[in-house]
Amino acid sequence: MLKALQLEPEKCTGCLQCEMACSFENEGVFNPSKSRIKVFTFHDEGRFAPYTCSQCAEAWCLHACPVEAIVINPATGAKDVHADVCVGCKVCTIACPFGTVNYNADSGKVIKCDLCGGSPACATACPTGAITYVDAEHTGYERMRAHAAQSLPHS
Amino acid sequence: MHHVVVGAGPAGVIAAEALRKLAPKAQVTLVGDEPEPPYSRMAIPYFLIKQIEEAGTHLRKTADHFAKRGIDLRQARVTALTPASRTLTLADGGQLAYDTLLLATGSRPVRPPIPGMDLPKVTSCWTLADARRIAATAKPGARVVLMGAGFIGCIILEALARSGAKLTVVEMEHRMVPRMMNDTAGNMIKDWCTSHGVAVHTGTKVDAIETKGDALRVVLNNGSAVDADLVVSATGVRPNIELLEGTGIATRQGVLVDRHLRTSDPAVFAAGDVAEGIDFSTGEYSVQAIQPTAAEHGQLAARNMVGLRGAVHRGSVNMNVLDTLGLISSSFGLWMGKAGGDAAELLNRERYRYLNLQFEDDVLVGATSLGLTQHVGVLRGLIQSKTRLGGWKRKLMHDPTRVMEAYLANTQALGFNATVLK
Repeated sequence: MLKALQLEPEKCTGCLQCEMACSFENEGVFNPSKSRIKVFTFHDEGRFAPYTCSQCAEAWCLHACPVEAIVINPATGAKDVHADVCVGCKVCTIACPFGTVNYNADSGKVIKCDLCGGSPACATACPTGAITYVDAEHTGYERMRAHAAQSLPHS
Repeated sequence: MHHVVVGAGPAGVIAAEALRKLAPKAQVTLVGDEPEPPYSRMAIPYFLIKQIEEAGTHLRKTADHFAKRGIDLRQARVTALTPASRTLTLADGGQLAYDTLLLATGSRPVRPPIPGMDLPKVTSCWTLADARRIAATAKPGARVVLMGAGFIGCIILEALARSGAKLTVVEMEHRMVPRMMNDTAGNMIKDWCTSHGVAVHTGTKVDAIETKGDALRVVLNNGSAVDADLVVSATGVRPNIELLEGTGIATRQGVLVDRHLRTSDPAVFAAGDVAEGIDFSTGEYSVQAIQPTAAEHGQLAARNMVGLRGAVHRGSVNMNVLDTLGLISSSFGLWMGKAGGDAAELLNRERYRYLNLQFEDDVLVGATSLGLTQHVGVLRGLIQSKTRLGGWKRKLMHDPTRVMEAYLANTQALGFNATVLK
């Protein structure tokens, strides 16, 4: 069964361990600006919201890529960026309506969540259970996908 | 059932693959007229700077990709379309009968009516063949004049400058990328290019290109002239609609298509750069000629060609992203704004940072950014989902960088009593 990241903002304390873990796992540095998961801050309300790619079924990024650099990983269901194929044109970064594909100027390629190949470092690092990696059907994953479909009907 | 797709660019390839999936038993033929495997023009700049080999531009990476899927990929030039008999005539005299036809013939560079355009060292940068010619000439130190600083001109600009060429850009309009960027952003891009050693003449036309010894002399309408080893023309593209002359199929700037991407002939559809389809933001018909729209059109046209219900085109959001010598810019939807709407703007000229949001009531309808690489797609999401921003509009007017927070607060359940965020 496919698993997915379950994000529960109400449990997030804004500690940013997930960003550090993601950056270190994927880029080899502790640099939150290179993290594929981001914690958004709502200062006035004292809230935090971790957010990253939901591996949506529409796969806007994948369809927009002109060189087939984004492909579905059959093991995880994630939409993986193949950095050796990506030319850095950034079309996927404007095509993704959730804002979860980003350009990394240092590498000249785009980066996005690939679920760390099936063992996401952010979920391991999260001390409060705000990010967990669970069976897709038991998560808000379906809810997120349903929302995606509802707010952005596929043409 | 025989589905024929003419044009092997992104729209055609995506449509052919979708047709194969949707109609496993149908015959699918994909016709392209260039002597290469289907490739992406978007990738040409990266080939020019030798970041990738030619194969890196190919839309699909394995030689037997199409054969394996039972898609008959043919290299042929279509010379005539006869809707009455549902037949295509090919340049070699052959004929191809179809049940449904997709025109994905793309566009080609406009050739400005300037004396000297036919000189051998004057070229467009559109096909892989053009790119090979340019790569052979634009060596470090070569003097190159680029005519046109639109979107295509600018992606080539980047590649030419990185190749070490001594580059001069001539643009008719008074700013760079005039159909994608407003005055502020278009002129900041110009300043950036100038500060990176590229000579940029805006508000300037080329009057003539002359031979000067082994090289060229480009005469400008401001009385000056620039010597060049190569002139690259990127003065716009126009849809390839010649095939439709005399067929009765309605064309304007491109092939007119309805909300099912169907032309005025019920068996003929159109997608991508050649199609004049609905723009999401204006509700009007226009040729967008952008990659995401070509991909959307291709998918949707295929669904309509096999007769799927509900495959309605709701309009494509016009959007572009550009990297000009490291300065990244993007624009979306009604970036120029809408009459009676509001705008939020954040500008730092020294750091080349700019973000401009355009609202109609409390809905984001357009955006322009410079120097923004993180979460930029959410601008598209907010526009296309027509999300009512409520109180977040005021927050964005105050700080436009909080678009991601505005999106999350309005669309995700952010915890107990999440409504306090709105």
